[in-house]
Amino acid sequence: MQMPVPDARLIDGKRSLVSALRTALPPDAVIDDPAETRAYECDALSAYRCAPLAVVLPRTTAEVAAVLKLCHARGVPVVPRGSGTSLAGGALPTADCVILGVARMNAVIETNYADRCIRVQAGRTNLSVTGAVEEEGFFYAPDPSSQLACAIAGNIAMNSGGAHCLKYGVTTNNLLGVTMVTMDGTVIEIGGPYMDAGGIDLLGVICGSEGQLGVVTEATLRILPKPEGARPVLIGFDSNEVAGACVADIIRAGILPVAIEFMDRPCIRACEDFAHAGYPDCEALLIIEVEGSAAEIDEQLGLIGQIARRHEPVEIRESRSEEESKKIWLGRKSAFGAMGQIADYICLDGTIPVSELAFVLRRIGELTAEYGLAVANVFHAGDGNLHPLILYDANRPGDLDKAEALGAAILTLCVQVGGCLTGEHGVGVEKRDLMPVQFTAADMEAQMRVKDVFDPRWLLNPAKVFPLQVSEGRRAA
Amino acid sequence: MRPADEAELAEMIRSATGSLRIRGGCTRDVGRAVEGETLDVSGLTGITRYEPGSLTLVARAGTPLAEVEDTLAAEGQCLPFEPGDWRGLLGTTGTPTIGGVVAANVSGPRRIQAGACRDSLIGVRFVDGAGTIVSNGGRTMKNVTGYDLVKLMAGSWGTLGVLTEVSFKVLPCAAAAATLVVDTADAAAALAVMSSALTSPFDVSGAAWLPGTGALIRVEGFAGSVAYRSGELAKRLAPFGTVRLETDHDRHPAMWTGIRDAAAFHGQAGDIWRISVRPSDAPGLVARIAGQVLLDWGGGLIWALVGEGTDLRADLGPLTGHATLIRASAATRARIAPFPPESPAVAALTRGLRARFDPRGILNPGLLD
Repeated sequence: MQMPVPDARLIDGKRSLVSALRTALPPDAVIDDPAETRAYECDALSAYRCAPLAVVLPRTTAEVAAVLKLCHARGVPVVPRGSGTSLAGGALPTADCVILGVARMNAVIETNYADRCIRVQAGRTNLSVTGAVEEEGFFYAPDPSSQLACAIAGNIAMNSGGAHCLKYGVTTNNLLGVTMVTMDGTVIEIGGPYMDAGGIDLLGVICGSEGQLGVVTEATLRILPKPEGARPVLIGFDSNEVAGACVADIIRAGILPVAIEFMDRPCIRACEDFAHAGYPDCEALLIIEVEGSAAEIDEQLGLIGQIARRHEPVEIRESRSEEESKKIWLGRKSAFGAMGQIADYICLDGTIPVSELAFVLRRIGELTAEYGLAVANVFHAGDGNLHPLILYDANRPGDLDKAEALGAAILTLCVQVGGCLTGEHGVGVEKRDLMPVQFTAADMEAQMRVKDVFDPRWLLNPAKVFPLQVSEGRRAA
Repeated sequence: MRPADEAELAEMIRSATGSLRIRGGCTRDVGRAVEGETLDVSGLTGITRYEPGSLTLVARAGTPLAEVEDTLAAEGQCLPFEPGDWRGLLGTTGTPTIGGVVAANVSGPRRIQAGACRDSLIGVRFVDGAGTIVSNGGRTMKNVTGYDLVKLMAGSWGTLGVLTEVSFKVLPCAAAAATLVVDTADAAAALAVMSSALTSPFDVSGAAWLPGTGALIRVEGFAGSVAYRSGELAKRLAPFGTVRLETDHDRHPAMWTGIRDAAAFHGQAGDIWRISVRPSDAPGLVARIAGQVLLDWGGGLIWALVGEGTDLRADLGPLTGHATLIRASAATRARIAPFPPESPAVAALTRGLRARFDPRGILNPGLLD
């Protein structure tokens, strides 16, 4: 993976830049000691690292605007960072950049149950948004696995999803408004506590723009009343393909559970060791959750059971208690961490039409064998969002390259069957060079024009999303 | 000009020498008058892909909305966002197209539960102002690959590009539905009913107020579940007024298409405004409107019928939200901006996007001004 050659002038100008930042911000908001900036040299895509020139941790929109104005005037690239949990390298620094971290901006600004919305500073973590409203019986729906740590700012940048977005949608469907600062320091208000932001849908294109259009400092989010109850059922199968076919049948039958999660044997074992959730011993496991009153849950689980039994499952088991349900979900949400204790891995995020599940799972198995590697599958089956984890050994020379090549082959397969490179993690640097697999030059040109408007000098997170040679002319300008 | 396919449409835009008025079914005549040659997209028809098992449908932009809805209904599925038919409201006579629905981001009562048109839209193809064909999104329910131009195109009224194909995430139709009609005296009482219902765990899929009829609260789903939730809601809402349950197979859908299309205003003279607001502000705003109103989206959407030439924005004063003039004479639309004014910073971005996507300024120029 290539990054642009850092600008030597900017590196030489570090001292002057840092002193200007210190004048603009409170003293504790600027970090330039290499020992301290090390914590910011990578995100959750830890195979790639680079120390930034400096890190700033502003507390207000005005401070963010001051930093951006200053960096804009000096032509210094800025890489925005939420909590640094990106799996795509979205917050990976360059040696000539300033990292702008929003972690200290975590206040709740307004909570309004009657209007079913909350306004927060964008550094607030995903789970703590729900934490702020759950006593009143509400929750914030998007629930990425990293929700304990990840920031709303990062969720907006990557348009994050989660296990329950089959019913509730992803970040963009739950975002009502933002305060955002563009690279030249202009503060922009879009949308608010009402349903349509109005005008051309700028909010729609900002969400998922990977921190390339502006730095979101505040967000108005939709909150929802919690359902009366929820219960997962575990359904085990003796092959991945049969589990995939069962998912397609459930969807076709008109049942829309809140979540349909899939794990194969390597993941089941790792998660079971980690969370002791009582997962059945099988090749492929579905965790299907439905919501409502006790009777509504029984009705839906009854229908799901009928469909599942046609596929001869090795086991069907409903959760019997709140505690058991928690363990079932803890196991699922710990999957990436649990697998990380066993091996190094690359986590893919390709997404496919649900009807292609069985075929794609079989092809992934064949490709994996061809490359002589192992893959563990854990993913959101209901919406076709795959997360094959390609296992490799970081200490074995050439293994990472081979794993990346297999990853590219799997993602190309996803695009070939009508899917896409990434369903919820974002492109970042990780899938940047695969963009031409999915998009024509004209398609990418249309997207880059949006950045031209918001950030004409291409200073915000510039080396991400678009292949370097595709964005070269713009970045150099 | 009436192209037969996308390639021909692209060529027509490339070789255009002046402004173009983009037309689909000609049923949503909203905004300022556009000068220029008509570019009629209604020849680009046909559902190009429908996979009930993947809950996705792809159609060319000129496909009649009715054809899309009938095709889905045959498989027990629907467009989740309940798009309205504005012919009765605007006095137009054409055939609504799916591309027109997207260009105007038309969303009905189920908006509060299932999202707007832009939330169900998962892919687009369009031709930009230079005549270049662009594809964005696709046909998967989740997709964050590159920027989301899909959302940008929804509600852009043909000013950034001409849609040629649209893809949707669709949903199974509800097996059953019921509506509670709560007798309420005024907007404030109706808002209290709607807020109570929408803050309950009973998954309300419609919350509206029709003066004279009452507050309407809809639930949809499997029959047993609908019976249970409407029962629980009836208990919860009883303190607010007399509660009546409507489940009649004929009357029930008509009730909601009536809300969806603002049927109460059909055939009446006057100007029509559509105002997106913070729900709890709705009663105070309704008091400032000299005319008829109805509320949808739990109070988040006010439809207003007022005297001809009324500048409702001036009457409402500072607004958390925005007001759009949907129907008025050409003279009024020339005098009062139909689309809400934007802050200078936002207006600069919008202008910038238009200049990039349509450098010659030939696609529906002035429509949104």
